[in-house]
Amino acid sequence: MADEPGANVATTTDPEAAVGPSASLSNGKPVSTSNLHFANVKHGGDRSFRAGAIAAAVIVVLLVAFVGVFLAVIATPSLRRDTVNFFTSTQWNVGADAPLQFGIAGLLWTTALTSVVAMLLAVPVAVGTALLVTQYVPGRIGSLIGFVIDLLAAVPSIIFGLWGLKLLGPFLGPFYAWLQHVLGWIPLFSKGVESTGNVLTASIVLAIMILPIVSAMSRDVFSQTPRDHIEAALALGATKWEMIRTAVLPYGQSGVIAASMLGLGRALGETIAVMIILSQTNTPGINISIFAGGETFASKIANNAQEFDSPAKTGAYIAAGLVLFVVTFAVNAIARVVADRRVR
Amino acid sequence: MSATSTTLAAPGGGRRAKDAAIRGLVYLSAVVAVVPLVWILVSIVSQGLPAILSAAWWTQDLAGTTDRKAGGGALHAIIGTLEIGLVTAIVAVPIAVMGAIFLIEYARGTKWARLVSFMVDILSGIPSIVAALFIYTLMITLLGLGRSAIAASFALVLLMLPTVLRSTEEMLKLVPDSLREASYALGVPKWRTVVDVVIPTAFSGIATGVILGLARVMGETAPLLILVAYARNLYLSPTTSNMGTLPTMINSGRNVAEALPGYERVWGAALTLIILVMGLNLLARAVARASRLKDR
Repeated sequence: MADEPGANVATTTDPEAAVGPSASLSNGKPVSTSNLHFANVKHGGDRSFRAGAIAAAVIVVLLVAFVGVFLAVIATPSLRRDTVNFFTSTQWNVGADAPLQFGIAGLLWTTALTSVVAMLLAVPVAVGTALLVTQYVPGRIGSLIGFVIDLLAAVPSIIFGLWGLKLLGPFLGPFYAWLQHVLGWIPLFSKGVESTGNVLTASIVLAIMILPIVSAMSRDVFSQTPRDHIEAALALGATKWEMIRTAVLPYGQSGVIAASMLGLGRALGETIAVMIILSQTNTPGINISIFAGGETFASKIANNAQEFDSPAKTGAYIAAGLVLFVVTFAVNAIARVVADRRVR
Repeated sequence: MSATSTTLAAPGGGRRAKDAAIRGLVYLSAVVAVVPLVWILVSIVSQGLPAILSAAWWTQDLAGTTDRKAGGGALHAIIGTLEIGLVTAIVAVPIAVMGAIFLIEYARGTKWARLVSFMVDILSGIPSIVAALFIYTLMITLLGLGRSAIAASFALVLLMLPTVLRSTEEMLKLVPDSLREASYALGVPKWRTVVDVVIPTAFSGIATGVILGLARVMGETAPLLILVAYARNLYLSPTTSNMGTLPTMINSGRNVAEALPGYERVWGAALTLIILVMGLNLLARAVARASRLKDR
């Protein structure tokens, strides 16, 4: 490592270095002039390069700020003209002829339900794989398993959507029928849509999509468990599971929470897979069943992407996007705070 | 603690059974995690292979075909995906690399670095649909421009920036200070030190980040749905309002009936996209691995 860059330094910087100090010394000129000249060169290049770096940082900060501001500005006129309560209504009539009626209650429910169920499904599996990789199998096999799980993150979301729509949903159909038969008396499992494009299918696909994120972060924290804690537990006669429960899990707890929050944030905003899988329904109100269809914030916007024809209509969808932005911002910020606390 | 040690002191069959049960669950979790991946890959490859094996797939667009008519290929979508990805990278990579240089070389440890770093985290959590709406409000609602491929690229810049910035930052962190100091000692100004010493040393890591970022944006669909209309013909100009891409090709054909020729093309597009995106991911890993081996 040291060889190559070292050689690099010598070759690339030689000319400048030669013009600098060495030239001035051999000529016997006062060092101060050459220093002055040198300082000038350094100053100009340095100043503009530094400005470039600062500009890039400013762009990053402004982008995030602008996302919120622009969405709010464009959504405001439509929100003012909204004739129903934006937060509690399930109406969505944004055609040009009638008064604007749009509310996000239904979107909020479906978004939250799909994402939370996805997180509940994904986190135990992710923690299990992370424990397997870090505690149960030798390092080489562990990194191979980790590699395969990470490959899931490389599958584009449209492919997950296609798979969920065409293969996973139909495959789980009989299981859904059975589940509904057994647990149908609970409102959460009551009758929903006829197709298998329901909340549960979307949740399972979302769970698979966030699994690699949660798994990779959990692996990171579990692998950092202090050796002393592990050995102390084992020396006390703990079984492997008791060691994990008393040493690894407490140490990794906040890391796993942060990872779960990041996964939740990802699930809340996932668009195309949910849009493809979830059946849209025309029934008013909210069906709270996991066998219901519906739309999330993201799928609602994407489904109607080609209909942004009037400013009022566009504003309604952008208002929904703004809520999604605020929610994901909050979830990610919490994840960041939890992760930071762990480091200290 | 004493309570714990008393329970630990008596190893009984119950404890051992529990340990074995957990071990079983842990192994099961890996199976549960791997099954979907294998299922997806096998089904996409087996259903998509017939379509992509024909030469026409790689050399023709879908002009003049319908879902009921066989023939044609995915050239328009492949070129569209590559072009949009390339334009995105051209815009995103310089900003990302300079942003990382700001974080590590100029603002390390300051509150400005913490602010920018926090914003990068937020940016990486922004849903793609929100990024798309932002560009929509900016370019279409406010500036009055139409939908275009380049608008989609700009939305994807928001998604690529954090990926490249983070991986560049991580690599710049790993460049030893002794290299920088050696360069300063030779009288090299700071900016030349960064350009000629720090960046070349970190190059493989930056390349990994760029490739991973490309893989991420090439697989994205939502911004394309909102910002550019799907076209069955090959269009090359970045400012065109209609451009085919692999994700939108899949999306536009997802409800085609199984018996029609268009159905096979959907799976063909899915396989092509998987090959492209997974290929980039594996390439990124290979680059990262090669540089790690060189370090030893």
